[in-house]
Amino acid sequence: MSTAEPAAGGAAPAAPSPAPRRRARRGAGRAAAWLPGLLLVSPSIVLIAVFVYGMIGWNTALALSDKHAPIDEGSFVGAENLIALWQEARWPAAVANAVVFTVFFVGGALLLGWLLGLLLEKGIAGEPVLRTLFLAPMAVSFIATGVVWRWLMNPAPAERATGLNALFVHLGLDFLVNDWWTAPNLGMAAMALPAVWQLSGYIMALFLAGFRGVPEELREAARVDGCSEWQVYRHVVMPQLRPVTLTAVIILGHMSLKVFDLIIAIAGKQIVADVPAVYMWTMVFDVRDPAKGAAIATYLLLAVAVFVVPYLVWTVRKERSEGR
Amino acid sequence: MRRRWTSVSAAALGAVLVASGCGGGGGGGDQVEVFSWWTGGGEEAGLNALIERFEEDNSGIEFVNAAVAGGSGTNAQAVLEGRLQSQDPPDSFQGHAGAELLDYIEAGYLQPLDDFYDEQGLREALPDQLVEQISYDGSVYSVPVNIHRSNVMWFNPSVLEEAGVEEPPQTLDELIEALEAVEAETDAIPMAVGAQWTVDHLLESVLLGSLGPDGYNALWEPGADWDTPEVAAALEDFEAVMEHTQEESAAEDWQEAAQRVPEGEAAFNIMGDWAAGYFDELGKTAGEDYDWAPSPGTEGTYMWLSDSFTLPVGAPNEEAARTWLELVGSKEGQDAFNPLKGSIPARSDADPQAYADSPYLSAALEEWQAGPELAGSFWHGVTVDNRWKNDIDTAVGLYLQDEDLDGLQAALHQAAQAE
Repeated sequence: MSTAEPAAGGAAPAAPSPAPRRRARRGAGRAAAWLPGLLLVSPSIVLIAVFVYGMIGWNTALALSDKHAPIDEGSFVGAENLIALWQEARWPAAVANAVVFTVFFVGGALLLGWLLGLLLEKGIAGEPVLRTLFLAPMAVSFIATGVVWRWLMNPAPAERATGLNALFVHLGLDFLVNDWWTAPNLGMAAMALPAVWQLSGYIMALFLAGFRGVPEELREAARVDGCSEWQVYRHVVMPQLRPVTLTAVIILGHMSLKVFDLIIAIAGKQIVADVPAVYMWTMVFDVRDPAKGAAIATYLLLAVAVFVVPYLVWTVRKERSEGR
Repeated sequence: MRRRWTSVSAAALGAVLVASGCGGGGGGGDQVEVFSWWTGGGEEAGLNALIERFEEDNSGIEFVNAAVAGGSGTNAQAVLEGRLQSQDPPDSFQGHAGAELLDYIEAGYLQPLDDFYDEQGLREALPDQLVEQISYDGSVYSVPVNIHRSNVMWFNPSVLEEAGVEEPPQTLDELIEALEAVEAETDAIPMAVGAQWTVDHLLESVLLGSLGPDGYNALWEPGADWDTPEVAAALEDFEAVMEHTQEESAAEDWQEAAQRVPEGEAAFNIMGDWAAGYFDELGKTAGEDYDWAPSPGTEGTYMWLSDSFTLPVGAPNEEAARTWLELVGSKEGQDAFNPLKGSIPARSDADPQAYADSPYLSAALEEWQAGPELAGSFWHGVTVDNRWKNDIDTAVGLYLQDEDLDGLQAALHQAAQAE
């Protein structure tokens, strides 16, 4: 978007200098060209300016204040709240939980999505049906997924087992009976299972489109050069999928860091499954501490920015190099 | 086309104006807006009985029921916070009596009700210790409509028999012995607990049982000393009880945990007396499928929590709101509400006949009217404000992960110092 502006500006001096009267008319003509467009987008520019950037600004100001109750005036205290979070026991644990969740969710959904995409691309029978089946979980909300998986992942031991544990007992696979999300440390890996289930179909669709976008000629050429099928994928197809993979990582990554509804549906507000978004909710709506809630929100924004900003930079650079 | 758009937007604008006008309240004294989170089950039935009564007695006043569903009050509290901050208070709103209202009192949202208490004779009708425990700087700010009890131990008589436990345990030591016997002799879970908050609930009963009412009540003074051998001993008892809980507890809410007792899957469960209503709903018989006793070591003490109604500053229909509070505080109002809600009235002069249908309620009322020692429930917002409560909840949650009892005591001490 932003690249279009300098290009248009650069074009004006290059044009042969016209007569003054013509220039004025051309100026009016140019306004007629961009004004309707600007009018069309200006409501959304204003709304975004106020409700996105204005709110981010307000949130940041709150995070840097000592407004620890709704009635406090709140004066500027710098990064005090942001630092204090790291000195308590709960926040680092919540961050660790979010990291474990993100690693398993993003990794799992990518791997499974890629595998499903590959299978469909290799022309498995009944592809349209399977594609729909794999995509269907996307239509379910995280809350509904959570309610079902809360039951499936019941951590009761073998003698009282329900859900998946009962299935394991039934099949004689007792060693698979486990604590699921209630296990300390790696419990969040189990918490990522429903999310992987829900999103891998979507990632499959992304990869499938990516696979289909690789021209058959390239593969032919590689095969003529003596590549095995594996080598074709490893050296020809996969490198072409880098943009798709990056898109998938960004979509999954920012969802993962913000995860709230899935956790609430499965675990409620418990330390065992605490993540920054749940902690933020507790601080804002239970404890009513605006400054601390805003400090957590600031970290969440920064964490999401880690994923999104490189993507934007990369997109802009790519568009520029393609001369758009 | 354009004309049609104009009329559509005019209609929309008009609708918005009408809606905002309604939100502001009539202010003519012809209605009363009461805010609560009673939207289902016995709570809703109890509220409806009160409303019916109110409309009968005050045919000129329209009752506006502004109940917000969900989250056992957390959704409602978020909505309420917004309304109070934008100076659009309801005429009266529900809140747990005690420190949970502190945030509102300190923010200047609530009117003191001392004159109202004198006028209505509430100081005589309510137990002295109750009035003392809901006072803040010598003033009362809400009218309690009911009393729930937090320190109730539910048990399954046949599981106890199977384990060779003859009497329900009366002290924490006896409880721990009984838990060991159940563990050794039966397949049942000795002590059923649910998600983290039910562990907080268990903790308050163990603290009260180990420290006694005076020691327990002293814990809730700001800056109280939790770093004592007595608290350490209480926490050791807590740990000993927690060793006999089921491993999947985190995945269960209080209903799933409590119903294990009448189902015969667990021997004990410590939960508030709302469990009695739940067991009735399940069709279980008191004295047969389940029975109860005060949680061990707390005989003679009522660890209470109470729903109450307030009078916000700037209530649009203050006179009507006072009429509502009169009903809420009256014997008739409380006897209409409580049998349906499954709680007992806060007044000590209630009519036992109204509660005769429920074995639990009639026993509880008898005990309440005998004038027990009172202790406020911390988890249900009587003794601590939201921040302190959350600090304790976090400490307990972290303890459930790392099982570091000294760490728990240190965190609890620190939470008390932060006030």
